Amino acid sequence: MGYSAKKLIRLVDGMPAFPPSVYRILQLTSDINCEPKDLVRVIDHDPVLTLKLLQLVNSPYFGLSRQIGSIRQAVVFVGINTIKNLVLTIAPMEMLSRQGTDNRWMENLLAHAIGVGVIAKHLARRCGISEVEATDYFVAGLLHDIGKMALHRFKPEDYKDALRLAKKKGLPLLEAEREIFGVDHAQVGAMLGDKWCLPVELVVSMEKHHDWNPNLSLLQDCVYAANLMAKRLRVGNSGNDTPEHLPRELEQRFGAKIEELVGTLGDLSGEMNFTQILIHP
Amino acid sequence: MKVKFWGVRGSIPTPGPSTVKYGGNTTCIEVRTDDNDLIILDAGTGIFPMAMTLFPELPITCHLFISHTHWDHIQGLPFFIPSFIPGNTLRIHGAYDPIDRRDIREILSGQLQYCYFPVREAELKARLEYVTLKERQVAQAGSATVTNILMNHPVLCFGYRIECNGKSVFFTGDHEQLYNIYGPDDPEYHEYEQYMTQKNQAIVEFIRGVDVLIADTSYTVEDYPAKKGWGHSTYDANIAMARAAGVRQVFFTHHEPTRGDAALEKVFQDAMDRHPRQPGDPEFALAREGLVFEL
Repeated sequence: MGYSAKKLIRLVDGMPAFPPSVYRILQLTSDINCEPKDLVRVIDHDPVLTLKLLQLVNSPYFGLSRQIGSIRQAVVFVGINTIKNLVLTIAPMEMLSRQGTDNRWMENLLAHAIGVGVIAKHLARRCGISEVEATDYFVAGLLHDIGKMALHRFKPEDYKDALRLAKKKGLPLLEAEREIFGVDHAQVGAMLGDKWCLPVELVVSMEKHHDWNPNLSLLQDCVYAANLMAKRLRVGNSGNDTPEHLPRELEQRFGAKIEELVGTLGDLSGEMNFTQILIHP
Repeated sequence: MKVKFWGVRGSIPTPGPSTVKYGGNTTCIEVRTDDNDLIILDAGTGIFPMAMTLFPELPITCHLFISHTHWDHIQGLPFFIPSFIPGNTLRIHGAYDPIDRRDIREILSGQLQYCYFPVREAELKARLEYVTLKERQVAQAGSATVTNILMNHPVLCFGYRIECNGKSVFFTGDHEQLYNIYGPDDPEYHEYEQYMTQKNQAIVEFIRGVDVLIADTSYTVEDYPAKKGWGHSTYDANIAMARAAGVRQVFFTHHEPTRGDAALEKVFQDAMDRHPRQPGDPEFALAREGLVFEL
């Protein structure tokens, strides 16, 4: 059937804007000398971000001896730097939580997105990327399937048709999406990324996460590989989970075949659980 | 109880002719209970010379409390010789890292990755036990009890209070006096001030009446404006804290790495002159490598 270009533009326009607060936080924190009060002001004016932050600060991970009820109080009790780093972890997750988690399929997809984020970060560390930069890899992994969420949100029934079609004919989901929508989730993700003014590297990573070529960056390679690894591990469910192998060049880059790489991950459950808190109140 | 300083330098070891008197090793403090239980506060480079004195006592149980895992507080740990010898027990306590979601074991075993250190954790022959502490969780260390409170530093950092037979020691770890992130004209100023008062009071109450306070005193009031937010306190802030908490003896530590012996004594004397002695004041002194204090 397929959608016209006009409809697709409407689809992208209908998607929620990248929350301005999140954008502002990423901007502010790129300066090491950013004023703490500016940061607090942005968080304070965003109820969702505030709620997530308070949930985390009050979680057993912090082990505080008292209840924290406001962001300013959190800054006093755990320090501005820790809050800043925490917000940097939460901010991108905001994107997903605001898409809504109205059914089981979406929850599985979220679990998959988190898994890919966690694994991409692991691969980044393995390649000697610093902890600070590794967060970008997590974000890239987290957002790689955002196009699926967009299509599903736009036309849930049609999206189910695409899923059914893929299953029935044994097609890659990407092809089934193209057949139904005239566009696939990788393309939609990249369009959204553009609309949200995300860094180009992130946009390309969304666009190419099923279409590897040797000219991609390390971040894009990590997301590509993390996606395949998450499917092998059955972390969440992305809708197409046929096990695939890594291209030979990627095996060389990571110094291992996919089976061995999966073996290096260890237990991800702690990290997965923690991240789930960010999404499910 | 007995306290001995093995490392009093902040941030980075500073060997050399200008630090001979006070020492260049980073934070490590040995505390002995009356029953000779061994408690070690932080594992900076000072832990290495300390470890060399332990041989006659082996096998030994060490209760190590890590205030936080910045390099200068853990750098000596891989060289803690008793870890390599069977029969010893090393019980390591510290906070969780909520940003990268790692407990104290995961953080410290990271330090023993092959690219950093040739011996893996699994190859250490001593018995290693890890205790990831929550705030105010009580830990038993032989005949002493150790409790903690969260201090103000750019990572979760615990200050530890050690008590045994009616004697007590508090070590701040790294700590910066709280400051208001708002200006007096901002509408949020007063609310923030209130939270600061609460937190300050909680710390002062926690320290109240200790026999010995060992406090991160990296900066002078002149240094401070350029170092605000770096997570360290001034002489003046610690004098005020010690007075408020009614402690008996204060040791200033975590000396600024660029300050040689003469400069250190000068800034200490300046601070003492700025705050003339009042009735009931604690004794103030600079912590010095090798210094032993009996409670």
